[in-house]
This record gives sequence, structure tokens and C-alpha cells, in this order.
Amino acid sequence: MRAIVALMLRDMRIAVRVGGGALMGALFFLVLVVMMPFAIGPDLKLLARIGPAILWLGALLASLLALDRLFVSDYEDGSLDLLMTGAVPLELTVAAKAVAHWLTTCLPLVIVAPLLGLLLNIEMRAMGAVALTLLAGTPALTFLGLIGAALSVALRRGGLLLAVLVLPLTVPVLIFGVSASNAAVVEGAAFGPPFTILCALSLAALVLGPVAAAAALRYGLE
Amino acid sequence: MRLQAENLACNRGGRDVFAGLNFAIEAGEALLVTGRNGAGKSSLLRLIAGLVRASAGRLAFSGGAPDAPIGEQAHYLGHQDAVKPSLSVAENLRFWINFLGGGKAASASLEAVGLAPLASLPAAYLSAGQRRRLSIARLIAVARPLWLLDEPTTALDAAAQATLADLMRAHLAGGGLIVAAAHGPIGLERARELKLGPP
Amino acid sequence: MKMPVIDLANPTKFLALVNRVLPWLIAATAIFFAVGLYRALNAPDDYQQGATVKIMYLHVPAAWLGMMGWGLMCLAALGTLVWRHPLADVAGKAAAPIGAAFTFVCLVTGSLWGRPTWGTYWVWDARLTSELVLLLLYFGVLALYWTAEEPGRGARAAAILSLVGAVNLPIIKFSVDWWNTLHQGESIFRVGGSTIDPSILAPLIFMTIAFTLLFITLYLAAMRNEILRRRVRAMRLMQAQTLAEATP
Repeated sequence: MRAIVALMLRDMRIAVRVGGGALMGALFFLVLVVMMPFAIGPDLKLLARIGPAILWLGALLASLLALDRLFVSDYEDGSLDLLMTGAVPLELTVAAKAVAHWLTTCLPLVIVAPLLGLLLNIEMRAMGAVALTLLAGTPALTFLGLIGAALSVALRRGGLLLAVLVLPLTVPVLIFGVSASNAAVVEGAAFGPPFTILCALSLAALVLGPVAAAAALRYGLE
Repeated sequence: MRLQAENLACNRGGRDVFAGLNFAIEAGEALLVTGRNGAGKSSLLRLIAGLVRASAGRLAFSGGAPDAPIGEQAHYLGHQDAVKPSLSVAENLRFWINFLGGGKAASASLEAVGLAPLASLPAAYLSAGQRRRLSIARLIAVARPLWLLDEPTTALDAAAQATLADLMRAHLAGGGLIVAAAHGPIGLERARELKLGPP
Repeated sequence: MKMPVIDLANPTKFLALVNRVLPWLIAATAIFFAVGLYRALNAPDDYQQGATVKIMYLHVPAAWLGMMGWGLMCLAALGTLVWRHPLADVAGKAAAPIGAAFTFVCLVTGSLWGRPTWGTYWVWDARLTSELVLLLLYFGVLALYWTAEEPGRGARAAAILSLVGAVNLPIIKFSVDWWNTLHQGESIFRVGGSTIDPSILAPLIFMTIAFTLLFITLYLAAMRNEILRRRVRAMRLMQAQTLAEATP
């Protein structure tokens, strides 16, 4: 237990100190969201209607691209070898890294989202729904992304491969996340069912992700 | 405690790196693995550590913790030093003590390798030799009976090599085992030698 | 690893100069703010917007200083890339956060200024959108400085980005204007109408000078801090090296 906490604290400390980790994800999120109206046009009504979708896409890409580095730096400096010889099962080790990553990368996204909602003219009520769905859905994104991160280290490939592997897996999360957010804007749509399914997806990913990622690391690093 | 290998073989990327390996060491003994580059020294160490699977043969470690795999009772010191530049020297060491299980305090371990004055310095400022010494501090801070050392004297100057030799002797005297890969002598006089490579 | 000697050469004279000049600058800034604020608060209200037009006294200087910051970064960039002058590195790094802060203030004040007219906190108005893109460029440069392991490398990367940004900014401004005219323009707010009445102009000039002095004061102080920071780093490197040689 102490070992897991130590690993989480170490990863969080590094993320905060390497002046890039925590804020970079939020910055990327900001840039993405600003890009959208240049393509879509500054029609405020339209932006308000598709705002939740823009925010979800932005959060998805931002959290995914930050995952690239999750295992790579440990692999490159030999820490991964040592982490695998610990008394902690590799699944838990990997999960601990994922939790640290979620806290330092995804949580800032959730916090920054309302500010970006202002830019997209999303109304307050919808903003709250979007933030809540992001809070519930980003764990799923992180833990599913874990699998891609482990595979790309195992295969010694980077960047886009990770996105190609993981994006299809995150389709359900995106669908139910946006659906729940829209429910707050559109009359007659229910928030409850999609939100509950979103939470269920996150819980499932919490188990599936570490198991698959640990297997990928073991077989890949042989 | 006893580490025994019978008919051990390792296959990397389709070719047999080594095959038919037999050796055994008891508590207080050291095994020096020699051979030219590519002969499989690193692969053997990683195999014992549990990072690579054997393609044939048997490896057994008796006398230690009954349920734990060999990897958890061994301490692997590879080519890289597993040092995070954004953490301080002491923070790096304390993390590994917390994660791998400690036997000795961080400050005492840093003292033993002469890095105590640098304890609060960010590890980014360390030279290669200092980083290697930090790895050695980790070696003595984490209490594991079997040491797997892959060319431990790289980047170390004569004085540091002497310190390492002392630490290795102390470990053996305390009933530990060492398997070390090196190109030349590293200060283990009475070690058995295992030469890898084509016959 | 030898200690970089240039870290301690010229900058010492510069530090002495800053320490002498800074108190005068602070005094001048205070005086101009006092006069400017007095005149601004007593200036006439706009017939349409009422008292909110006074945000202009903050918004306009901030916009100008945001651009001046980038200009300073470009000058510094030339110093870094062409002459490899260590003070140029410091000059660029010090300008970035201050310029970014003023750009941010410009955006926030613009947003608050427009709220009563637009009914919302943000419209994708041409001018504000260009400022937003400028802010993103600033963030890019700041990210480069923060993630660089070595101050020198970060400075060179940021210098290149500063120059590229400067070339790109007019193009961005033009394209954003064009993009904005494609769509039905939302209400555009102008500074006090088509001409600026002298009773509004004078306080505006005072406030602009006051803010510019503030920028320069903060800028010189930031440069001083950065020089001291680099000294600390050099000393730490020396410490590690000495200890490495001394310990057995």
C-alpha cells in the first residue's frame, strides 16, 4: 500500500515540477477549443448548441495525447524494469500511475472547461453538466488510454499509434458523455441514464485498463 | 540460500542467445559472468530478475521467501540508473526504498557512497558517475538477498570502484548472493566465473 | 562540466544599473498613475455606454503593451540568435510573462466591456479574437521556457518562435478580420466613436504612459530576477562538481 502511494506521489511530483505536465494538457485543451470556431464560424447560437461536443472532443484529445509519455520516460531511464520487480502487482503499479496521471492532467481539464464554456457561449446549466460528465468520463479515457500507452512502449512506437489504438475504444465514452451534457440543454432529454452508463464505463475501464496494460508491458518487454 | 540454474536457455528475437547454462551459487558466494558484447550477459541477468522468460531450462532460488518469485528477491542494477532528474537525490532514493522495500535509511545509504552532501540537489545536476553511485546507494538501501549487477563499475572512478568492492564484500559476508556481469575484474576476488559466448 | 563564465560577466554591470534606476522608475510610475487615474475617473461618460466606457483606460494600454511585449521578445530574439548575448536570453524570457499578462488583461477587460452590449461574455469579434490568438502564442513561448532543461536551449527555441510569431501575427490578424466579415458582424464596439474627444484622449495618454512605465519597471525587475536565478543555478552546478571532486 505504501509502495502504491509512494509511486503516485512520485509521479505527481514529477508532473508538477517538469514545467509542462499538468498545465500542458489544459493549454492544449484551450488551443483546441479556440481553433474550433475558426472552422465552424463565430455563430454564437451554433457554438452554444455544439459547445458540449467541442469540449468533449477537446478533452478527449488533450487527455489522450498527454498519455504518450506515461510509460516512455520510465522505460527510457530504466525505472520500468525496477517497477516490475517490486512486490506490488504490475496491475496495481500501472493503475497507480494512471491515477496520478488523471489527477495531474485530466482534473485541470475539468476545472478549465467552464472557462472555455464561456468562450463558446454555453449557458451555465449546460456548463455544469459538461463539467460533471467530464469528471465522470475522463477516468475512462485515462484507463483505456493506459492500454495504448503500454502497447506503444512495448512496440517501441509513439505518438499517433497510441491515438489510433485508443480512440475507437473511447467511442462509447464520447457518446454517453456528450449525450448526458446535451440533456441539460435540450428539453425532454434525460441526464440520468447516459450519465449512469458513463459512470459504469469508467468503473469497467478501471479494471480492464490496468489488466490489459500490465499484460502488454510484460509481453512487450520480454 | 541457493540460486541454481539447470540447462537454462534464452531466446531473443528468434535466435538463441545462450543455451544449456548450468550454475549454482550459495549464500555468501558471487558469480562473475563474462563474455564479449552480445554474448548474453545482460539477458541472463534480466532472466534471473524475471524481466525475460527462459525458453528452456529451470531456475530456482531456495532459502529465501517461500512464495515470492525470484525477481522480488533480487535487486537488478542495469545499464541505466533509474534516476529522475526533476527529483532531488534524496527523493529519488527514498522513492525506491518505499516502493521496493527498505532495509537501510536513505541518509545512511547516501553516506556510504559519499553522496550525502548532495542529498537535496536536483538529480539533474549529477554527473554520470554520481548517478551510478546513487544507483549503488539504492542497492544497499533496499534489502534484497540477491544482487544482479550489470557492469556496475561503468562511469565510476577508482575510489568509487573501491567503495563498491567493499560494499559487495559486506553483502556477501552478510549472507547475500551476487551475480555480476562485467568485462573485467570488478573487485570480487573469490567469485566463480561463468563465461558466455561461442565455445 | 565547466562553470559557464559568461553567466557572471556583463550582467553584473546590468544589475548595478537596474538597482540604481529602479527606484526612480517606481516613483515615476506612481506619479503617472496618480495623475492618470484622477483624470480618467473625472473624464466624461460615453453617451451610449455610460461609465463602462472607462474600462477603455485599462483595455487600450493593455492591448498596446501586449504587443510591445512581443516586440521586445523579437528584439531580444535577434540578440540571442545573431549575437548569442546572454542578456538577450534574459531580456526575452523576462518580457514573455509580462506581455502575456497584459494581453490577458486586455481580453478580460474587453470581455467585461462588451458584456452589456453583447449580452454575453464573449463574441468572436475580430479584434478580440486576434488578441486571443496572440495570447495562445504567448502561452506557446512560455511553455518553451518552462519545459527547457537548460536556460540556453529554451531561450534559443523561444527566440525562433518569437520571430516566427512576429511574421505570422499580421497574417493572423488579416485572416481573422476576413473570417469575421464572412459572418454577420455582431455589435462592434469602437473607442469613443469615430473621433476621440480631447477630454477622453488626455487621460488615455496618461494612463498609457503610466502602464508603460509599469511594464518597464516590472520588466527590469524580472530581468534582474532571472539573472539572479541563473547565478543560483550556476552555483549549484559548481557545488555538484566540487563535491564530486572532493568526495572519495
